[in-house]
Amino acid sequence: MKRLALFRCCVTSLRLQHYESATNAVLGALGVVFEDVAEFGCCGYPLKNFDLKAYVLSAARNLALAEKKYLDIMTSCNCCYGSLKQAQKLLDEDLGLLRDINGMLSKEGLYYRGQVKVFSVLEVYHDLLSAGAIQKRLTATYDGLKVAVHDGCHLLRPSNVVAFDHPLAPKKFDALVALTGAQSIPWAKKLECCGSPLSGVNDALAENLGRAKLDSARQAGADLVCVICPYCQIQFNWIQDRAAQSGQTGGMLTSLYYHQLLGLCLGIDAQRLGITAQQLQATGLQRALRSVAKAAAAETSSAA
Amino acid sequence: MIETVLLYLALAVFAAGSVYRISAWFRHDIRTGSPPASPQARFGAALKGIAATIFSPRLFTLIRVFVMDVLLQRRLLQRSPYRWVMHICLYGGFMILLLLHAMDGLITAKLFSNYQSTANPYVFIRDFAGLLVIVGVVMAVRRRFFAAPPRLRTGKADTVLIVILAVVLLSGFVLKASKITSHTSYLDMVDVYATAFDEEELNTLEAYWVDQFHVVSPNMTGPFDRETLQAGEELHAMACAECHAKPNWAFTSFAVAKAGKRFALRLDELNFPVLMWWLHYLACMLGLAYVPFSKMFHFFTTPLSLMTNAVMDKQTASPANMATKQMMELDACMHCGACSLACSVGVTVAEVPNEFILPSEKIPAIRDLAADNPLTADQVHLLQQGLHLCTSCNRCTEACPAGIQLTDLWFAVKETILQKGLPEFLLLSPLSVHRGVGARQAADIEHYQSPLQTALGAASTGGLAALRQTPQPLVVPGNEKVFNTAARWMQPEAYAACYRCMTCTSACPVVRDTPDEAHKLGLLPHQIMYAVKLRQWDLIFDSRMLWDCVGCYQCQEQCPQSVQVADVLYVLKNQAISRAVAREFAGDRKGVQ
Repeated sequence: MKRLALFRCCVTSLRLQHYESATNAVLGALGVVFEDVAEFGCCGYPLKNFDLKAYVLSAARNLALAEKKYLDIMTSCNCCYGSLKQAQKLLDEDLGLLRDINGMLSKEGLYYRGQVKVFSVLEVYHDLLSAGAIQKRLTATYDGLKVAVHDGCHLLRPSNVVAFDHPLAPKKFDALVALTGAQSIPWAKKLECCGSPLSGVNDALAENLGRAKLDSARQAGADLVCVICPYCQIQFNWIQDRAAQSGQTGGMLTSLYYHQLLGLCLGIDAQRLGITAQQLQATGLQRALRSVAKAAAAETSSAA
Repeated sequence: MIETVLLYLALAVFAAGSVYRISAWFRHDIRTGSPPASPQARFGAALKGIAATIFSPRLFTLIRVFVMDVLLQRRLLQRSPYRWVMHICLYGGFMILLLLHAMDGLITAKLFSNYQSTANPYVFIRDFAGLLVIVGVVMAVRRRFFAAPPRLRTGKADTVLIVILAVVLLSGFVLKASKITSHTSYLDMVDVYATAFDEEELNTLEAYWVDQFHVVSPNMTGPFDRETLQAGEELHAMACAECHAKPNWAFTSFAVAKAGKRFALRLDELNFPVLMWWLHYLACMLGLAYVPFSKMFHFFTTPLSLMTNAVMDKQTASPANMATKQMMELDACMHCGACSLACSVGVTVAEVPNEFILPSEKIPAIRDLAADNPLTADQVHLLQQGLHLCTSCNRCTEACPAGIQLTDLWFAVKETILQKGLPEFLLLSPLSVHRGVGARQAADIEHYQSPLQTALGAASTGGLAALRQTPQPLVVPGNEKVFNTAARWMQPEAYAACYRCMTCTSACPVVRDTPDEAHKLGLLPHQIMYAVKLRQWDLIFDSRMLWDCVGCYQCQEQCPQSVQVADVLYVLKNQAISRAVAREFAGDRKGVQ
């Protein structure tokens, strides 16, 4: 495994203060060595509507930066992941585009050769680390916690670009959630979009899409929704805030990002993970958490 | 006499300019929708806020920030050690020269009773400080003109400051150098301090000064015999030594003097030291008068911005004070370019021809906007686009050595400029997420919705409705920027395999969640694909479906015939926007209110 550069998403700094600290804490606890590349910029995703070439340029600059430092990229955001991988595919297939983009990058001493690999952080956990390697570091697991796993669009689709998991029957994220002892439950709208791309464009539709998802998860009996993508997290937080403001139960279901869920099992402080006391209450996380040592002791004593 | 008049004139311009510039902080507001407050009220609120801060524990925060960020410039050191060294040289050297040399009568002479501009340590310190500034200027020139990182923009204001500093410093060194070798200057001093000596004594003194102080005399050249020099040295000790250090102590000027020794006599005849003094003095006076109208004003505003932002809480601050602070921040920018180097979408200026994408380039235009200076529709459109082509990643704010809260500034100006009513197509992209998520706090829902409606309206051609009434000739795309792969997606052949099974439309969550979808969305995904095949562009660009697409790729994933449905929608959105921009802003130089 080449050394990894952590590609952080632009939207976290203003709206998800603890996303970065939770990610850092979990990667540290799992012993995943990564570098921060200060020069990284936008992955290009939000520019796709406006100018595809500007999108590819923005993505390619990051790819070339990682290549220059002999790093592979690890993203914690689905949109960054899908965007960087699609840019790679376009640059691989379109020599004219590659020439144009490299012409623009050369002004800052960069050149994209196509040597860099882009991983989702989930891919790193599932495919590069082994389940055992994660398991042996767990200090606690959940007992009886039901989780609605939300992969998010760009982790799965288009599957010929991202190729992370089966686009219609994904299993990897579920397996990673199951490592924590939580149960990944089936739910009807699991593969649907969270609605975030329409936030600020068509808010009513964005809200409907997101609320339908949370309702579906709640009806399936989930204690919480688990996401990896910050856009999805922002969206679900927003739906929840709206529901709380209007006093409706529709849309009321806590969403946590995977690093928060896993972090508690690695013995990381809830505060550092950005999990509020209210969230610990509402999701039943605290109640479900069992120390591994105690569980093992209980098992031995019952066996004896 | 005339120099005193010039000094007071320069001070008057400086004072008037400063008052004018500072008054703008209270006269203008970059935000709309905030309750209007009179300049007087805002001035009062600012004074109250300052007083409340000074008489509270936050005073210690102010002191800490003043030491760490203003004096030691910690923020700059964290970002770029090169710039820190450059700036410490410039500012450290400049401050020493200002206090010890330029204001010596007011400060140095009062503090040190033995002060003489020609005595040590003052000679050495002055020369050393001057050298520091020169080192800083050289580093700045290298950074701006020889090793400029991409996206660092250098404007007239940056060059002017470098030129003024260079002229002041170089003329200072040359002045000092010419005085070292000047025989006239020597005689002037003799006339004042050596009146008691007879001619023979004066000759030995002159010999001593030619030999030891490098005066170039028309009467004599070395080498001299030991007796003469010894006699001269005794006289020197009597009349001069007390307030005259050896010229070697002004080491930079001394080096210049030695290099120019060959021309010294000729230059002295031309009264060169006097000319140089005037050049030096005039450059200083010009610089002083120019301060409030240049980026030199950041001497005052940058510390103010750093300290204000350290103690001002934007949650609790009054709207009047926020307005004043943001106006002040616009003046705290010294156009160093740190924000543009850190900007996460800065690279796109290579593809999107709009300098306002770069944070550092927006500031002057925003100042114009706040002052209601007339802007053309093109300028407003470009600034608006630059403001919206922003992921709100906050890196500019983190990078700014002046501590300007740039992200807050962008949010405020974005809403202000949208109210001018020009369409902004970037609102129809995920870049709107912060606007959307923040909107629930915005009470003014009309201000929120109308820019979206304007953009949607401008993006559509009205083709669908028109075509339903009267058939029209079809529009074929011409010069849209589409790269090969994207163009291939758009070829009619790409749809040869499509048998209109409607899987894309059935898979679409937007279609499913939109009641009365055919009416609301216009063409549905499978119809858009077919319309591309038929080259019915106007019908497509008139379909809300384009802008309601979430880009979830369900359509493309599930298409049994591998049509790139979602990616084609992206190309179509690009084309709709570039056509609408061309239509709306084609060479439009009209003013916008």
